[in-house]
Amino acid sequence: MLMKRIAQIEFNVISPEKSRKLSALEIKTPDTYDKDGYPMEGGLMDPHLGVINPGLRCKTCGQKMKQCPGHFGSLELVRPVVHSEFGKKVEDALHATCDSCGRIAVTEEKLKQIRELDEPVEQKTKRILLRTKKAKKCPHCGIAKKEILLDKPTNFYSNKERIYPTQIREWLEKIPNEDLELLGYNPEKVRPEWFVLTVLLVPSITMRPSITLESGIKSEDDLTHKLVDVIRINTRLKDNIEAGAPQLIIEDLWDLLQYHITTFFDNNTAGVPPAKHRSGRALRTLVQRLKGKKGRFRYNLTGKRVNHAARSTITPDPFISINEVGVPKEIADDLTVPELVTEWNQKEIIKMIKDSENVKYFVRLNGARKKVSDATKKEIMEEIEPGCKIERTLQNGDIILFNRQPSLHRLSMMAHKARVMPGKTFKMNPITCKPYNADFDGDEMNLHVPQTEEGKTEARELMYAQDQIISPRYGAPVLILDEDGVSGCYVLTMKSTKLSKEETMQYYYEMGVTELPKTKNENAFSGKQVFSALLPKGLNLAYKTNTCKELIKRGMCSVCKKEKCDSDAFLKIEDGELTSGVIDDASLGEGKGTLIHTLFSEYGPETVEKFYHNANRIVGDILTKKGMSVGLDEYETNSEIEKVKEKAVKEELEQAEKLVEQFHKGNLELIPGRTYEESFELRMMRLGAGTKEKIQQVIMKQKIEELLSSNPKLNSTVMIMSGSRGSALNLTNIMALWGQASVREGRPRRGFKERLIATNKQKDVGAMAGGFIKQNFMQGMKVKEFFYHSMGGRQGEVDTGVSTKVSGYLYRRLANSLKDLNIANDTTTRSASENIIQFNYGDDGVFPMKSSRGKTINIARELEKLNK
Amino acid sequence: MNHLLVPIHEIVGEEEAERIIKKYGKKENFPNILLLDPVIEELEAKKGDLIRITRETPTAGKTVYYRVVVK
Repeated sequence: MLMKRIAQIEFNVISPEKSRKLSALEIKTPDTYDKDGYPMEGGLMDPHLGVINPGLRCKTCGQKMKQCPGHFGSLELVRPVVHSEFGKKVEDALHATCDSCGRIAVTEEKLKQIRELDEPVEQKTKRILLRTKKAKKCPHCGIAKKEILLDKPTNFYSNKERIYPTQIREWLEKIPNEDLELLGYNPEKVRPEWFVLTVLLVPSITMRPSITLESGIKSEDDLTHKLVDVIRINTRLKDNIEAGAPQLIIEDLWDLLQYHITTFFDNNTAGVPPAKHRSGRALRTLVQRLKGKKGRFRYNLTGKRVNHAARSTITPDPFISINEVGVPKEIADDLTVPELVTEWNQKEIIKMIKDSENVKYFVRLNGARKKVSDATKKEIMEEIEPGCKIERTLQNGDIILFNRQPSLHRLSMMAHKARVMPGKTFKMNPITCKPYNADFDGDEMNLHVPQTEEGKTEARELMYAQDQIISPRYGAPVLILDEDGVSGCYVLTMKSTKLSKEETMQYYYEMGVTELPKTKNENAFSGKQVFSALLPKGLNLAYKTNTCKELIKRGMCSVCKKEKCDSDAFLKIEDGELTSGVIDDASLGEGKGTLIHTLFSEYGPETVEKFYHNANRIVGDILTKKGMSVGLDEYETNSEIEKVKEKAVKEELEQAEKLVEQFHKGNLELIPGRTYEESFELRMMRLGAGTKEKIQQVIMKQKIEELLSSNPKLNSTVMIMSGSRGSALNLTNIMALWGQASVREGRPRRGFKERLIATNKQKDVGAMAGGFIKQNFMQGMKVKEFFYHSMGGRQGEVDTGVSTKVSGYLYRRLANSLKDLNIANDTTTRSASENIIQFNYGDDGVFPMKSSRGKTINIARELEKLNK
Repeated sequence: MNHLLVPIHEIVGEEEAERIIKKYGKKENFPNILLLDPVIEELEAKKGDLIRITRETPTAGKTVYYRVVVK
C-alpha cells in the first residue's frame, strides 16, 4: 500500500463552481420515491448519490456499498441565500467596504500604512473595521457610506432598509483582491460572495440512509426530511417567479427558503425556531450531528466502543493474589483469546477442541473463520495446522487489563492474571483498592482482554499490578495493606500476643512453612515469630514505629533506647527475624511503608507479592481469634479525665472572658497581618483548640498505657496506635468534648444581626456564644451546641461536594495538557512538537517510581547495609 | 536583577551557545523569552541570543535552563 504522511489539512469554503463540479447529479424534484417504491430520477434518493443496499452497485462509480464513498448532489437555488454560519463574516465585509465601488472605506495612504504594519492580519482587520464603522463616506468614490445592520442570523439592513442576498452578493463581488487580503482572506481560495449560496451541496445517501422498518415502511433520515423541505420551497419559488407572482409573495417564499437552509445547517441557530419533525421532535441536522457530548467527535471518534471487554460489580477476596482478578465463569466463557497454532502446541489444542467447549472459533490460514460446534469439531480437528489460529475462552493465567473510572492516573488501569471463579462479580484483592480508589459499596469495574501477543506482552511488562507497588508520583508504596491489614499485623506483633503451638502451626501452614522454629517454650510462641515467617532471610532493618511518634507527641518518651525501648516502639529486623517493635502504619502504610519499600527495592516485586499473599491469609484470622471490637464502655471516661476536662473548660471560659474584656477595651495585641477583629477571632479559635489539645493528651496517655499493658483490650486504641484508622481527635470528640465549632477556618458567624443564633444576646462575642461546644458525642449536645455543630457540619458537606467537582475538572485540564509530553533520549522533556519543556526531566532526572521517596538513593540505608 | 525572586540570567557566549543548541537539536525548539522581558532589557541582549537561567529548585537544588530571546 502506498503510505504517505499528511503534512497539513486545509479547511475552506466551497465555491459555487466547485460545488457543481463535485456533484454527481443535479437534484430537480422534491419527491424521493415513486408509487412503486423506486427512487425517483433526479430525486433525493437517486442511486447516483451512492448505495446503501448491499449487493447493489453505485450508478456513479460502479462500486459496491463497502467501496463507494457516496457522491454529492447539487441544488441550484432560484434565489441566493445567506449561509447562516457566515452571517458575522458577511457583516464585517459589508461594514468595511463601500457598496458602490467595493473598496475598503479607508484612504489609500492609510491602507498602505496598515498594510506595512508588523502585526497579524486579524489585528489589521480590527483596525480597519474601527475606522470604517465611523466613516461617513467612501474616500475612493465619494459616495455616502451606508449603515449596515445585521438582524441575526441572516437578515441585513442598509440604512434601515432591508437588502436581499442578491444585492449582498453583488456588493461582495465588487471587493478587489488586494482589499480582501487586508480583511484576512486569501482571495485565491475564498471569496466572501461564496458565503451567499447560489448552489446547495446535497449530501450523499450514505450520509443519510433510509431505514426500512419491520412493517416494511421506509423511514427517512432527518437530513433527507430537511432537504425535501428545501427543494419543495425552491421549486415553489421558481414556479411563482415564472408565473409572475407579486413581489410580496416571492419575498415570503424567499425568506422561507432562507429559513429551511439555515436550519438544514444548524437547527439550533439563535433567533430561529428549530424545525420540528411531525412528532414534534426537533430535527437533528448537520451541526447537531457534530456538536456536543453525543456528537460525532466526542461520541464516535474520541469515545470508540471496544470488543473483548466486560463490566461487573467488584467484591473483595483477600485470598487471591494482588496480581489476580476473579472472573465469573459466565463472563470467562464469553470472552475469547486468539491463540496461534504451532507445531509445539498443536496436540494440546486438538485435545482442547476434542475434550472441552473452550475453543469457540477456528481461523484458517486465509483468515476465514469457522465456529467450533459438535457438528464441525471433527472436520476442524483434521484441518488444523501450524499457522492457523483458534479463539478460546478466557482461562486462568491469561493477561487482562482491569480498570476503574475515573481513570485519573496510570494505576487506574493495571494488568492482572485472570482467575476463573464461581459467582457473578469480579473479585479483587483489597490491597489493589487504593490505586483504583475502589470500595465495595457497589463499585463496578471494567475488564479488557488483549488480543495480540504484542498487547499481552506490553500489558504484562508495563502494567502488571505487582510492578506498580511503588507510586510513580511520590516513590513510596501505593499498593498497601490497610485498615484491617495494619490492625492485624499490629495485634500479631504486639509484645503481649502469645500463641499456642496449635495456632502457630496453623499459621505457619497457611504461609507454607512446614517446620516450627526452635524456641525456649515449646507451647508458647510470640506473634513476632509468626510474622518473621513472612520476611525473607538476610533482611536487616531498624527504624521508629508509629507508636514511637505517638509517644513523643504525648510527651511520654524522652530518651530513645532504640531496640531496648520499653514500649516496644523501635522496630528491628535481624536476618529476617523480627526481634523488637510492632508492625504498623510506618512499616506498611501508604507513602511511608518502610518495610514494603525495602522489600520491594531489595528483594523485588515477587517477594512483596508473596508477603501480601501470606499476610492476608493470617491477618484476618488473628483479628477474628483475638477479637478486635469496639464498644460504648470503651468511651466511658474516668474521674481523672473528667477532672482535667472540668478544669480545662473552666480555664477556657475564664481566658475567653479575659480576651473579650481586652477586646472591648481595645488593648488586645494584634496578630501580624490581621485586623483587630480578625486577631480577636483567631485568638478565640486558638484558645478553643488549646483546650481540646490538653484534654486529648490525658485521654491518649491513659489509652496508650492501657494498650501497652500485659493484657490489653483490642479496641479503637489499636487502630489509632497502628495508624490504620481514626485519630486521637476522633476519640476526644466521642469521650470529652467537641471544642470550638468552625466554619471557613474561623468561628461561625453568619445568622442574625450581631449574634450567631436567635437565643444569644446581641454583641456577645464570648466563647459560648461563638460556637464553643462543651459536650461530646457520648453525652449528646445541648440544643445551641447542636446548631453550632451543624454549621460546621454543613461546611464539610458543601466542601466535599464542591471540591471533588472543581478539583476533578482542574485535574482533567492539567492532565490533558500534559498527556503527550515525553522524555527524549537526551533527558529533555519535550512536547508533541518536540519543543523543549525541561532540559533535564523534573530538573533532577529522577523517575520517582524507581526512587526512594523522590531521592535517587536512600543514602542512610545504603550505609546501614555496608556496616553489616 | 538583584532580587531573591529573580534567578540569575546571563547571556551565553556565542561559541558555547552554538554547542548547547547543537546538543539539544534545533534552536526553534528551545523555550523562548521575550525581548521586552525586563531582565532581557537589563541584560541588553539581542534577538536570537541564548540566555542561561540558573535557579534553585526544591527537588534538584541548582538547575540550569536555557531560553532563546525572541521578539
